Amino acid sequence: MFAYILRRLLYAIPILIGVNLLTFTLFFVVNTPDDMARLQLGAKHVTPEAIERWKTEHGYDKPLLLNARAEGTAQFTDTIFFQHSAAMFAFEFGKGDDGRDIGTEIKTRMGPSLAIALPVFVIGLLVNITFALLMVFFRSTYLDLWGVVLCVVLMSISGLFYIIAGQYFIAKLWNLLPISGFADGIDGFRFILLPVVVSVVAGIGSGSRWYRTIFLEEIGKDYVRTARAKGLSEVRVLFRHVLKNGMIPILTGAVVVLPLLFMGSLITESFFGIPGLGSYTIDAIQAQDFAVVRAMVFLGSFLYIVGLILTDISYSWVDPRVRLQ
Amino acid sequence: MSAVSINIVPVILWTDALIFALLAVVAGLVWAIRRQEHLRAPWRSVAQRPMAMGAALVLGVFVVIGLLDSLHYREKLPDSAASAPQYSVEVLSVFDALMGELRVSREKTYSAPLAMQLYAKEFIERDGVTVRDYPRLQFGGAHLAHPDEHLPDLVRRGLAGLGQGLAASLVVFGLFAAWRARRTQRSLGAWLADWRSGRLGWPARTLAGVLAAMAVLAAVIVQLAAGYHVLGTDKVGQDVLYISLKSIRTGLVIGTLTTLVTLPLAIGFGIAAGYFRGWVDDVIQYIYTVLNSIPGVLLIAAMILIVQVYIESNPELFDTAAARADIRLLALCLIMGVTSWTGLARLLRGESLKLRTLDYVEAARAFGVSHTRILGRHIFPNVFHLVLIAIVLDFSGLVLAEAVLSYVGVGVDPSMYSWGNMINGARLELAREPVVWWQLGAAFVFMFTLVLAANLFADGVRDAFDPRLGDRR
Repeated sequence: MFAYILRRLLYAIPILIGVNLLTFTLFFVVNTPDDMARLQLGAKHVTPEAIERWKTEHGYDKPLLLNARAEGTAQFTDTIFFQHSAAMFAFEFGKGDDGRDIGTEIKTRMGPSLAIALPVFVIGLLVNITFALLMVFFRSTYLDLWGVVLCVVLMSISGLFYIIAGQYFIAKLWNLLPISGFADGIDGFRFILLPVVVSVVAGIGSGSRWYRTIFLEEIGKDYVRTARAKGLSEVRVLFRHVLKNGMIPILTGAVVVLPLLFMGSLITESFFGIPGLGSYTIDAIQAQDFAVVRAMVFLGSFLYIVGLILTDISYSWVDPRVRLQ
Repeated sequence: MSAVSINIVPVILWTDALIFALLAVVAGLVWAIRRQEHLRAPWRSVAQRPMAMGAALVLGVFVVIGLLDSLHYREKLPDSAASAPQYSVEVLSVFDALMGELRVSREKTYSAPLAMQLYAKEFIERDGVTVRDYPRLQFGGAHLAHPDEHLPDLVRRGLAGLGQGLAASLVVFGLFAAWRARRTQRSLGAWLADWRSGRLGWPARTLAGVLAAMAVLAAVIVQLAAGYHVLGTDKVGQDVLYISLKSIRTGLVIGTLTTLVTLPLAIGFGIAAGYFRGWVDDVIQYIYTVLNSIPGVLLIAAMILIVQVYIESNPELFDTAAARADIRLLALCLIMGVTSWTGLARLLRGESLKLRTLDYVEAARAFGVSHTRILGRHIFPNVFHLVLIAIVLDFSGLVLAEAVLSYVGVGVDPSMYSWGNMINGARLELAREPVVWWQLGAAFVFMFTLVLAANLFADGVRDAFDPRLGDRR
């Protein structure tokens, strides 16, 4: 088991290198630091001196891959690639355009992101499974048919409208909860409630429909027929047998997104003014802060790979038939 | 007619060309499918599903509007010499020409749906006295002499549209019924009886219902639009109905052209990885794990920023604003395609892994059939249903993604008509008093209709094509 995890972690390194090279190519080769400077400075202030000054300030005034003027190993280390891309492996993200350290920003913003993403994940999972089981229980009746239609209708509404409607009706019209904002500790509960509710509702359509197919696939299997033949009640069959076995694909599918919860949700956080990583990312994209975008790409990929490894481990954990070698 | 044709010059934007190329491909596929019974059978099963066919009809209307909106041209400036004609920088489409006044009838700022007065009060001169009141609109309700006539006029137009729509659908239905009855050599009464009891073998009742509903809706809207802004006007006074209709093309382009980019990548890489295995599989798996591990929005954002830099540093390549916006739309489709092929590729890889061990593929290999031939004749046709299901399932997701990306600021060009831009421009206006809801409402209704129709149609296609689904749907 331990050897397996270690090997998977070693496999992750070439993938992270690939991500790193890709972002390096995108951000520095296709789109040179000069272009970045021009975009940042705006059309009015573009002079060669201003571009040089911007590049020096942001540490982009070095050669891309190989510094011919430096000595020894500095030939490789005193370059943009080493300073800005390779350094990310040590989680050294450098500074954003606003001069703040990206690493510290990420640390302070992970908390608020998790405060939204974790409840959404857990409650969403419970709600979706409940709806899916209900539909399966009433399968081939009108209740199931209309449940599926309702799911398709809910799926067809853009996530933006859920947020806008939630903010407008619950917060503005009925004054039940604050429209946006965030506070630490127990006081923050009223701020978290609305984004969590909205996000859970937005996910019901696709989530419960997907789980319904998983449960239906289970219900056609032989062991379910055996259980019924034994004389078990339908409720017992559903909860004791189908739910347990159906949870294998559901849980392992959920585990892969677990680490990504740290990244938060771009749209939800920015609409509700939550100072998490999602709104940090969206602000960086809108301000065209390349350093932050690059850091978030790396962090996201890292967490995704962690998720993949966790998925494999969870497979062997919930399903004894799977052996990791 | 000839006078008109001299006065315009056709403009073929990149996305126009690709859309019509796609149309040609689809037409070719339909022709190929019609000739082969085993390909026709699942489509016949799609055609028997009421939900899917009703949705297909709605989608068809959207597609026609989108296609009309893809035939672009530029008008000749009226005062330019005949020898050296100068053309307007504004790129219009056949759809614009059909819309007529709707495109040009502008108000000062917001006005509510079907209103005859502006949204905000202004100082106006009335009988020599300056009063603060809601000014009348330039276009909406301008034919009314007195505000009291407003409601009766709306009702009259609505009823007229209702009557026309019903009459038109009845006439069309009658003619169709007579034609079908003749073709199947039955009396009209027998055909109608079969229609009523749903024994025609295809969902004729649903189709007739959907068609009648759309005809009535269209007629009512046409009647009202002749005198009012049916969905109100936006901040700069432009008709919201016109904006919403123009946004259809953007949504369709993103939903279809992105798939056009996805397909070759997914099919090529997915099948190759599964069939050849070994180092090919390793390399391809590596590529898609790398691409997959980068958060999608961030990758799209990074690439769009780069395209933006390119467009801004090469302004001489684009002669009109429409061409600039178009290239960004195309870039968005390309980028979304490059970031979204991995899911389908993984699916195809798994399926090809299974297929390559089957007896008939082994037999083909033993006979010395070349790899390309095996891939083309034995593997690809057997994974094609997965490709088709993925195309229809992805479409609605892509339309929805456009709105989110536009909100993030990495969607289509801000000057382009799109539902994402509509939502983006309107969401802050909800804080106003009274609320400006019609822009959001219009974007919601149009997007919801398209995506719901696409989802229902996709469900029908998936149920018909996925052999694993069997009886559990």
